[in-house]
Amino acid sequence: MSAPRVLVAMSGGVDSSVAAALAVEAGWDVTGVHLKLADTPGHLQVQGKGCCTLADADDARRVAGTLGIPFYVWDMAEEFQRAVVDDFAAEYAGGRTPNPCARCNEQVKVVGLLARARALGFDALATGHYARVEGGRLYRGADAAKDQSYVLYMLGPAELEHLRLPLGGLTKPEVRATATRLGLRTAAKPESYDVCFVPDGDTAGWLERRFGPRPGQVVDTAGRVLGHHRGAYRYTVGQRRGLGIAAPTPRYVLRVEPAAGRVVVGERAELAITTVELERATATDGRPLRPGRAKVRLRAHGTEVGCRVVPLDPARPHGPGAPHGGLQAHRRGARVRLELDEPVDAVAPGQAGVLYDGDLVLGGGTVTTTTPRSDPRTP
Amino acid sequence: MPYLDYAASAPLRPEALTAMLPLLERPAANPSSQHGQGRAARAAVETAREQVAALVGAAPGEVVFTSGGTEADNLAVKGTVLARAPEARHLVCSAVEHHAVLDAAAWAAADAGAQVDLAPVDGLGRVDPGRLGPLLQPGRTALVAVMAANNEVGTGQPVAAVAELAHAAGAVLLCDAVQAAGLPGVDMAADGIDLLALASHKLGGPTGVGALVVRAGTTLRPLVHGGGQERGLRSGTLPAAALAGFGAAAAAALADRHTTAGTTLATLRSHLLTGLRALAPDLEVNGDRFAPDPAGGLPGLLSVRFPGRRAEDLLLLLDRHGVACSAGSACASGAVTPSHVLVAMGRDPAAARETVRFSLGHASTQADVDAAVAAVAQALEVLAPAPQGVER
Repeated sequence: MSAPRVLVAMSGGVDSSVAAALAVEAGWDVTGVHLKLADTPGHLQVQGKGCCTLADADDARRVAGTLGIPFYVWDMAEEFQRAVVDDFAAEYAGGRTPNPCARCNEQVKVVGLLARARALGFDALATGHYARVEGGRLYRGADAAKDQSYVLYMLGPAELEHLRLPLGGLTKPEVRATATRLGLRTAAKPESYDVCFVPDGDTAGWLERRFGPRPGQVVDTAGRVLGHHRGAYRYTVGQRRGLGIAAPTPRYVLRVEPAAGRVVVGERAELAITTVELERATATDGRPLRPGRAKVRLRAHGTEVGCRVVPLDPARPHGPGAPHGGLQAHRRGARVRLELDEPVDAVAPGQAGVLYDGDLVLGGGTVTTTTPRSDPRTP
Repeated sequence: MPYLDYAASAPLRPEALTAMLPLLERPAANPSSQHGQGRAARAAVETAREQVAALVGAAPGEVVFTSGGTEADNLAVKGTVLARAPEARHLVCSAVEHHAVLDAAAWAAADAGAQVDLAPVDGLGRVDPGRLGPLLQPGRTALVAVMAANNEVGTGQPVAAVAELAHAAGAVLLCDAVQAAGLPGVDMAADGIDLLALASHKLGGPTGVGALVVRAGTTLRPLVHGGGQERGLRSGTLPAAALAGFGAAAAAALADRHTTAGTTLATLRSHLLTGLRALAPDLEVNGDRFAPDPAGGLPGLLSVRFPGRRAEDLLLLLDRHGVACSAGSACASGAVTPSHVLVAMGRDPAAARETVRFSLGHASTQADVDAAVAAVAQALEVLAPAPQGVER
């Protein structure tokens, strides 16, 4: 049997460099690809921190050269702009707080790239995500601090079958040590935490440059005007800074109402929510999410709480006889309600809600609505 | 390994290697030095100068050695602009010039007060002198740039006709002959060329050297200052060994003109096209290079579009079989970008992204063509659309 032909997505960072190295060590027939996700400035003196700069493409190319694997740069700037950047802006404009990394994995980096890799005759795609795929199911990575299973929840069996995550069993220090052992030039490269297309980390400024000022009011839950703001898109649920109001106790953003240009603030206690609804909810086994107990994570590095999963849509027709097969139905997803065992603070619509059973990722969806503890609608 | 990327860089000709080796092995010598070794190095440089001049119908004293075609184009455009009064810095470039010309002109516009007009091309990529003429501003136009043959689609240009127009307006003509230098018909005197850019490695010489041939009496300001080499137009120690290789490659290219080399290339290209058409009947040829081409053109270059197949994907699959060719031009990061040449020819960017360039040259064989066709056959099989209803 010949070695599996594996395409490795190489961002130029240490994680994907080591993923490529481990793929080579595994004896796979490895090809590296760097995704150009933005229109690169033509001037070398421009040094961004983001994931798509010239220096990163150069680093990825050098690592591929060290490993002796073919390497290509693919221009996916249009797809990225449309599916991730424009979506990010539109979500904020709609009063939600998007997770661009999950969106990128869904549309570009994992699902999109995997489809392209398969079309080119590759058996699998490998990435440097900290998560594990075992037996066709998705699990948390071994390094709890680095675990990225949260941004991969939308993968279904069709993708997981062809996804290799060589870093899943490693910790970040082990990954750096591997890079050093192999002499990869990315071994000591610093982490990137920011959204890659907002390299200075100033999301509010980025949005303001895009939308211009859209002034409005900061109000309390009774509708009393407490102050004014430059644009509702500058606010996210749970935010305390930058409200520009004077109040005896700290005030937090409870809701963003972009249509009315209103930002609703309140006491910290009012942030607590007990019920969450997810849309476009999918399960990693490709079947509809089933009612029952799970743990849910509502922020990339947030804590998890127990919950009861209540599917809201009737089960869709499914299986081989269903029109267009199961995957498209999977991708479209469904709506589910999560009844939380204990209140959680500051859950922003637009974020991902990801369901776990131990280390196994059951699936997840996008938060649409939340119900505060004090809401009379809650029984 | 089947190499069909001569337009990117041609393999070193054996004659060039033979000419270079003794100079690389010899004791160090600066061609400007006043001793025996220096004179020997200088002699090699001057032999190369004669060989390069002979290739393009120039006098040896008109050859200014540079680091390559890009520097030659930059020296021609910027050197001409800087030699002119601020009110006479108008430039006309064909829309399909190499970026070495277009970006140098853009610099002149941004930083030296020049005005730049682009002359349109037709669907084959050819400049129409009738549409270029009205862009000229007699007394103000400093330089007109029209390449001998296009590097991406191979189309030859009516250089002599444009030169006549340029001279009538008081402008000099820059002809980028980086791709076409080996062809018959590129001739300084016969075509009325004032400035002609050459690159060694496209001829089968080493990378890192080239020349700007400057017709006697043409005024230029230098861009690189220092020791005053090359009549003050291009300072810097001359790389004797590389220039000897350049000269030998130029001599070999000139000798090829008197053989059947050009016809052989055209025949190989025709076999390549026939083979590709059999695999992909929907194939589109850019530049329609098979119509009678009065302006000449590159006999070994074939630019084709495979509708519905991304050039990036094809290149990866061909690379898997060791077949080397190109797609469009590469941006700084190395990604394939839609070619400005194809866009100027009226192709939409999507079509430009589906275009692959095969280019043959001095050492190409029928076996290379056969291997390329076989690799394309396998690539197209991999890229065949999935059957209906199957998820990809």
